[in-house]
Amino acid sequence: MSELLDIENLEIDFDTQRGTLHAVRGVTLSVAAGESLGIVGESGSGKTVMSRATMGLLRGKRVKRRGSVRFDGQELLTLSAKEIRGFWGTKISMVFQDPMTALNPVRRIKSQMSEAMVKRLGMPKDQAETRALELLELVRIPDPKAVLDKFPHQLSGGMRQRVMIAMAIACDPKLLFADEPTTALDVTVQAQILELISDLRKRLGMAMVIITHDLGVVANHTDRVAVMYGGEVVELASTKELFTNTKMPYTEALMSSIPRIDAEPGRRLPAIAGTPPDPVEERVGCGFAPRCKYATDKCRTERPQLVDAGNGHLYRCFFPIGGA
Amino acid sequence: MAGTGKAHLASASEDVVLRVDDLVITYGGKADQQVQAVSGVSLDIRQGETLAVVGESGCGKSTLAKGIMRLLEPSSGTVTLMGLDITEKKGEDLRNVRPAMQMIFQDSISSLDPHMKVYSLVEQPLKVWKRGTPEERRAKVKDLLESVGLNPDVVGDRKPTEFSGGQCQRISIARALALEPKLLVCDEPVSSLDVSIQSQILNILQDMKDRYGLSLLFISHDLSVVRAISDRVMVMYLGKVCEVSPSAELTTNPRHHYTHALVSAIPVPDPTKQTGRAVLEGEPPSPANPPSGCRFRTRCPAATDKCAAEEPVLREISPNHFVACHHPRD
Repeated sequence: MSELLDIENLEIDFDTQRGTLHAVRGVTLSVAAGESLGIVGESGSGKTVMSRATMGLLRGKRVKRRGSVRFDGQELLTLSAKEIRGFWGTKISMVFQDPMTALNPVRRIKSQMSEAMVKRLGMPKDQAETRALELLELVRIPDPKAVLDKFPHQLSGGMRQRVMIAMAIACDPKLLFADEPTTALDVTVQAQILELISDLRKRLGMAMVIITHDLGVVANHTDRVAVMYGGEVVELASTKELFTNTKMPYTEALMSSIPRIDAEPGRRLPAIAGTPPDPVEERVGCGFAPRCKYATDKCRTERPQLVDAGNGHLYRCFFPIGGA
Repeated sequence: MAGTGKAHLASASEDVVLRVDDLVITYGGKADQQVQAVSGVSLDIRQGETLAVVGESGCGKSTLAKGIMRLLEPSSGTVTLMGLDITEKKGEDLRNVRPAMQMIFQDSISSLDPHMKVYSLVEQPLKVWKRGTPEERRAKVKDLLESVGLNPDVVGDRKPTEFSGGQCQRISIARALALEPKLLVCDEPVSSLDVSIQSQILNILQDMKDRYGLSLLFISHDLSVVRAISDRVMVMYLGKVCEVSPSAELTTNPRHHYTHALVSAIPVPDPTKQTGRAVLEGEPPSPANPPSGCRFRTRCPAATDKCAAEEPVLREISPNHFVACHHPRD
């Protein structure tokens, strides 16, 4: 079994006042050990829900989960809340978008960083604090000794995100989920954090899943990319293949609607008309059909399945760009 | 990073809609707690022009916008709208100036009253200013909603909470244009929108600009967005101006080291290009205690002793391209 994480036909429904909300509609994905996978999608595409479900963070009466999520061969979906805690930190770890709210505001950095190491790895407290210092050095925080004694509000957003990353890798996870890790940060700081994450992944041999809405972020920091739309994976390919041989009209539209720094200035952007599909509605045809310029009657009435174009390039479209 | 200097301003003969001279905006009461968020910024916007102000969090770009709109009181400097000095205007005088300058905000959902119907929201400015008869107003609101791509018969009776961020931004734009302003100040209008929606809004702004002959002050942190929409760009750092240039030239040939770092840090969706590089170390210093001389010198790869001692002044380095740096890039 070479895959570290195997997601098969994952479906996540939420019970809402408006009816059943299908946030994730049958996602199949895998992540190999040491690999870097990017998941790209807009708000409501299901990328965050999918990653949280994988982490076992979505539970309760109003959440319905179907399908299978296996980590190193072990099924995660059926684990109890207590059992899945054994995976957190040591096997799977996560960095969240908002470093502001992800850190405990009333505890010093030292105490929140060492907690996981004391509880998970059974380290004595002073040893954990020494390790916390090493980790802060590893994530290139200037003056790490002083930072250990600070509270989160005394640090900038970029520094807080570095602390979050240090905490996430403290117990040597095999897989790191980074959910929009740089969206709240300025562009120069974003570049620093992305370089740091990529560098750490290679040094520590972790696998990583970067979840982002920014195609620019995945272009330089991932091996493979999955594009999500309306709760489904609509295209999956190696990063280079995705950008050079785009099959899915949504991916193409997304790429051309982004204002680019290397594009002609003052050019009118080819915007994608309309809005993403309502996750509550039952879907008849292709989720992107109402906004797709190539859509035919077939697209509006039949559900396209993922098709393999060879070399692991999957797409969900009846009329892929450049032909099937 | 200097910032002082007005070499980039147009001569008096040109058709200038907005002119800002040496604007200083200070936060905090006690002398030792004061922060100069905007520290002597000058700019101008010509008729029909889009000037973008770019910079990272804390550079003072939103403060600048609010100062121009007189939503914040400037400590010194002047704001001149259509040849009229509005810096000292108060009460009714200030109110009379407001229709000529309107603003749209980053968070479009919270900038609309959730209890009002869309029709009333857009009609409100016309009612407040007693423009037209009820029939004329109705026609005007319909026209405005249509021009931002909304069907007035469908959306008119609904409330903002029923709409997405992109649709709320359309409603905000319609409302801001109701009084036919000369100047539209846009503070990060697309930052909280998804990329596919972002381009729709940028296109609408462009259309509205052409249709109403608007001049735009476009505040953004995103140089790629700015390149798509603006004619000229002004880059700010810690309350000062670094560089002012036509937008195409700014991103292809940045002369200020900070602009260069900003451009390099942008990840381009193309795996064959090496982009998104971290040129800069660290983060901006606190604006409460800015470095002496050039404010960027603590992070600048080209900084010398001169940069610490002397504040650089904006100068024209090539036609219409101004930079405030002692040692600009080639």
